[in-house]
Amino acid sequence: MAKAKFEVPELQEYPEVPKIEPGTMAHLETFKAKPEFQEALGFPGELVDNWQEQAIEAMGDMLGKYRSLKVYMDSCVKCGACTDKCHYYLGTKDPKNMPVARQDLMRKVYRRYFTLAGKFFPKLVGATDFTQEVLDDWYNYFHQCSQCRRCSVFCPYGIDTAEISMAAREIMDRIGVGDKYSNEIIGKVYRIGNNLGLPGPALEDTLEGLEEDVFDETGVEVKYPMDVKGADILLVTPSADFFAEPHVDGLIGYGKVFHEAGVSWTVSSKASEAANFGMFIGSYENMRKVSLRIREAALELGVKRIIFGECGHAWRVAYAFLNTLAGPFDFLDKNYPVPQHILEFTLDEIEKGTLNIDKSLNDDMVLTFHDSCNVARATRMGDKPGGQFDIPRAVIKAVCNNYVDMPEDTIREATFCCGGGGGLLTDDLMELRVKGAKPRMEALKSVTEEYGVTHMAAICAICKSQFTKVIPYYGFEMDQIVSVHQLVSNALILTGQNSEGEEDESEEDAA
Amino acid sequence: MPIEVDGKTFETDEEGYLVNLNDWVPGVAEMMAKEDDLELTDDHWDIINFLREYYEEYQIAPAVRVLTKAVGKRLGKEKGNSKYLYGLFPYGPGKQACRYAGLPKPTGCV
Repeated sequence: MAKAKFEVPELQEYPEVPKIEPGTMAHLETFKAKPEFQEALGFPGELVDNWQEQAIEAMGDMLGKYRSLKVYMDSCVKCGACTDKCHYYLGTKDPKNMPVARQDLMRKVYRRYFTLAGKFFPKLVGATDFTQEVLDDWYNYFHQCSQCRRCSVFCPYGIDTAEISMAAREIMDRIGVGDKYSNEIIGKVYRIGNNLGLPGPALEDTLEGLEEDVFDETGVEVKYPMDVKGADILLVTPSADFFAEPHVDGLIGYGKVFHEAGVSWTVSSKASEAANFGMFIGSYENMRKVSLRIREAALELGVKRIIFGECGHAWRVAYAFLNTLAGPFDFLDKNYPVPQHILEFTLDEIEKGTLNIDKSLNDDMVLTFHDSCNVARATRMGDKPGGQFDIPRAVIKAVCNNYVDMPEDTIREATFCCGGGGGLLTDDLMELRVKGAKPRMEALKSVTEEYGVTHMAAICAICKSQFTKVIPYYGFEMDQIVSVHQLVSNALILTGQNSEGEEDESEEDAA
Repeated sequence: MPIEVDGKTFETDEEGYLVNLNDWVPGVAEMMAKEDDLELTDDHWDIINFLREYYEEYQIAPAVRVLTKAVGKRLGKEKGNSKYLYGLFPYGPGKQACRYAGLPKPTGCV
């Protein structure tokens, strides 16, 4: 772990709401996108001359298009219910990271230009001109929101700060001020097919490597196919699954499950990415363009089903928006959900009894589960309410003997963000990421001490990368984070698999 | 913030990655390591050289598993894991080692 250049918060036994310390995060400005990154997304390369005029016009456009945004601007009664709900406020003590204060950054501009009172008596209603100073605050603090929507659960009016921060980013993009992390990545998706910039041949080489590894470990030829025309299932998964740990251990698990289920599947080099950062920057156009790759790949390959791998916000885009963005998907098999989550698929197979599971192979671990914000608060799995909470837990419990939940007010719909979601998973925001992880770290610490939890499982590429990176700051080890399908992979005994042998153990070590 | 090696200036981006990958010379890695208070040993160079070879073939840094497997094969099984790599490059093999090797930064959810 690298040495911290900032103060790492101390974990407390019981979470405390900190006393405010104004301005603690005012210095944190994420790198801005270069002109080439902006232009690739259809935005001006740099701040336009009449930016104020254009920003107000863009805001008007969005208020007209998104009725919700106008309702959110109008309906806050300053009750304060949200103030202590944001992990970034709890970790940084900066009052501008209170959800209401973040919303007010836009609300005060909205009032100035779009309400009668604000036009004539701005001071009376807290309305301000859209000045450079306000724009700078927008840039810094709308890039300190991970769009996790925890605050909206506690808001009596259901005001969704995520939607406000998405709109703010879109307005800034339209005047030429975008953030490097998200916008460079979206450009890579257009150019190369995925966030990482992993070209087809590298992807193929990586997948072949996985086939070798699984064969060496099990003696079974599990395939990890790419661009196979006529396969039944197109797997769309975050490119981090090909690249990083513990993500890749999850990908190995998906392949083993498909193999045992006896279905044909493939990944696509064209849609080799589940993530859709178009959502983070609130850009409908970019979100649509990224989504259309999946449709094109599905049509070209002639698949019957689309299944998404472990990726949080991708599942939100897939579950909630894919049909409107890139549908209709009338060419897919209607007997299956369109699209389907890999956890739904795996639980079905477990319930059908197609998988030979030996739970004791995970006995070296005591697990807990981190609900990813977008999955928890914006989607569902299965056909029952709460399926997005119950299905991941059902899968973990089907493959592990030791499972404990973290405290109730930190899981399910009240889950805390990992601290790196919403397009903030960049090194230049490390201070925010570490501090924002504090509430989750406190919850993890409590079950570690009380129940001997050793590992935390996640179902989102961002969560996995974020935790792996930040938990060492809090005294944990990076390999305490695991993929849910890594646990499935550990416990799944393939048909014809070498019995006993040291190879079985090397996989446990990897966990 | 450009870096200077043997009187020659190398342009880097805001995160310290080399802008022109073709400019790279071993001195760049030495200089970057020095700025991080890290002394490059043969073990570090094994990794840096592998990254450069892989990049030349595939135009991307190797996946962690590809890297650990290659290291395991070349240097022995006990070294074929992330812990060994993080021991060498505390900021992470993907990012710190790639930067020293003159490769672009891996982006995305990693």
